[in-house]
Amino acid sequence: MSIDRETVLHIAKLARIALTDDEIELFRSQLSDILGHFDVLDGIDTDGIEPTAQILPLENVFAPDVSRPSLPQAEVLKLAPLTDDGYLRVRAVLE
Amino acid sequence: MTSTSATKYETVIGLEVHVQLQTRRKMFCGCSADYADAVPNTHVCPVCMALPGVLPVINEKAVESTVMTALALNCSIPAYSKFDRKNYPYPDLLKGYQISQYDLPLSERGWLEVEVEEQPPRRIGITRVHLEEDTARLTHKTDEAGESYSLLDLNRSGVPLMEIVGEPDLRSPEEARAYLVKLRQILRYIGVSKANMEEGNFRCDANISLRPRGATAYGARVEVKNMNSFRAVENALRFEAERQTRALDAGASITQETRGWVEGEGTVSQRSKEGADDYRYFPEPDLPPVTLTAAQVEAIRAPLPELPDARRRRFEQEFGLPAYEANLLTESRARAEYFERVIAAGAGSGDASRRKRARAAANWMIGDFARLLHASGLEIDDARISPADLCAMIALVEDGAISGTSAKAVFEEMFQSGRAPAAVVRELGLEQISGSDEIAAIVDRVLAANEKPVAEYRAGKQEALKFLVGQAMRESRGRLNAAALTETLTAKLREKA
Repeated sequence: MSIDRETVLHIAKLARIALTDDEIELFRSQLSDILGHFDVLDGIDTDGIEPTAQILPLENVFAPDVSRPSLPQAEVLKLAPLTDDGYLRVRAVLE
Repeated sequence: MTSTSATKYETVIGLEVHVQLQTRRKMFCGCSADYADAVPNTHVCPVCMALPGVLPVINEKAVESTVMTALALNCSIPAYSKFDRKNYPYPDLLKGYQISQYDLPLSERGWLEVEVEEQPPRRIGITRVHLEEDTARLTHKTDEAGESYSLLDLNRSGVPLMEIVGEPDLRSPEEARAYLVKLRQILRYIGVSKANMEEGNFRCDANISLRPRGATAYGARVEVKNMNSFRAVENALRFEAERQTRALDAGASITQETRGWVEGEGTVSQRSKEGADDYRYFPEPDLPPVTLTAAQVEAIRAPLPELPDARRRRFEQEFGLPAYEANLLTESRARAEYFERVIAAGAGSGDASRRKRARAAANWMIGDFARLLHASGLEIDDARISPADLCAMIALVEDGAISGTSAKAVFEEMFQSGRAPAAVVRELGLEQISGSDEIAAIVDRVLAANEKPVAEYRAGKQEALKFLVGQAMRESRGRLNAAALTETLTAKLREKA
């Protein structure tokens, strides 16, 4: 399985990152390698095995509906590069 | 819309409704979900702020509320369900993805019965009810230099959000509105959400398309957003149906797109969004699946109250109430339960008198009671008048202890003070005058004081009687039994002729 240049560009666009031509080729080959590993898995006989989305033997891990104190506002704001009157400030995201 | 166009195309509408669940904690962390009047960014912790290394944990109540809603909407509950990551590059969730449910939701395939005036009820399909998390609130601003930026408040980020996806079964804007009204009513009945559209805890997106009448394939559909009231939904859909009709009539094709509703303007084209594939859904590795046994589902179903439609039909049958009144009485669960407590307070009476009392109780609750509650801005649960006292007052009228006219004054006083009817009647001196001598004395005074109307009545003018009845009522401050008064009055008018 190999990934083409267009797919790399599409993924880069979704992730909002700009890539140089060298990087496009680098990621094209690395991503193709990763998918290559799945080809190995495809070769395994999985007849009679239930498909699952989870590898842990867990289910129904719930928290009771009780609230806990949150962080002080100052702690939250301290983590942001830019703040404004109690808000986190980000670049325009109007579509 | 011209009449030919109106019949040429069929309108097809499907609604997606997002409902904030009323829980104490957020969906995946311990922050309080009650952020309504909170200072920005004070209901935030490492989990809903997406700091590295945090682990989300599913709020059990949110799962129960979703399943309960699904059951109320006649959905089936699969034994196995899971959460997925929906990836998108928008800062309203700091994780860069929303935890939602993709291919294995908590419920699927239900229906909701919807009725539009003068038409038989129709079942509208529910595709699924699933659980996800709400996003942070963004406020868009522009600084002095003209540079635009956004302010982020994370308080709403991670609040439990239930999505109810409807099938494209709705056929008119009116029906879409009726669907939403019914849905909100059910959500409030079962108490899972405040479901208030204006407050933003009940939101609706609509998909609408047209197709030639009789066609089975769907036309290109438009998604309409930004509607924050039932009226806005209906108006936006009506606008959009007319816009699409004009386009199709002009031979144009409909562009599949998202449009926003702008009050006073119409629906306005918005930038096209990424297709479903671009969300790159994949199973949430941090959350183990949810499995529900039949017994667990039944345990969630057990506390479901009788739902509005069932209750309305029962009120019609059990109490012989007209559909209109039964509908009003069952509008809210609190009102329906208050009504039933009034009836229960008069238990022991026979079926006929029970029905009679139910009619009286319904009249009070829909009439004066509703009016006074509305005027004082109260909900029925806040009312000072108890169901037992309302029942007792109805009994006083039935027994002839007070007149229907006096009852209104008694009721108003009970409403204001919360005191028992007997005490109010005594205090206001409103015991009904039922002695024939007393009635005769009042009638004599009224006849003596109103010679002209008396003469007119005797000359054949029937309306004069109404005037005389009114005068006698005023004379007695409404304490006369209307039937006894009219009888005495007509007898005396005849006798002296």
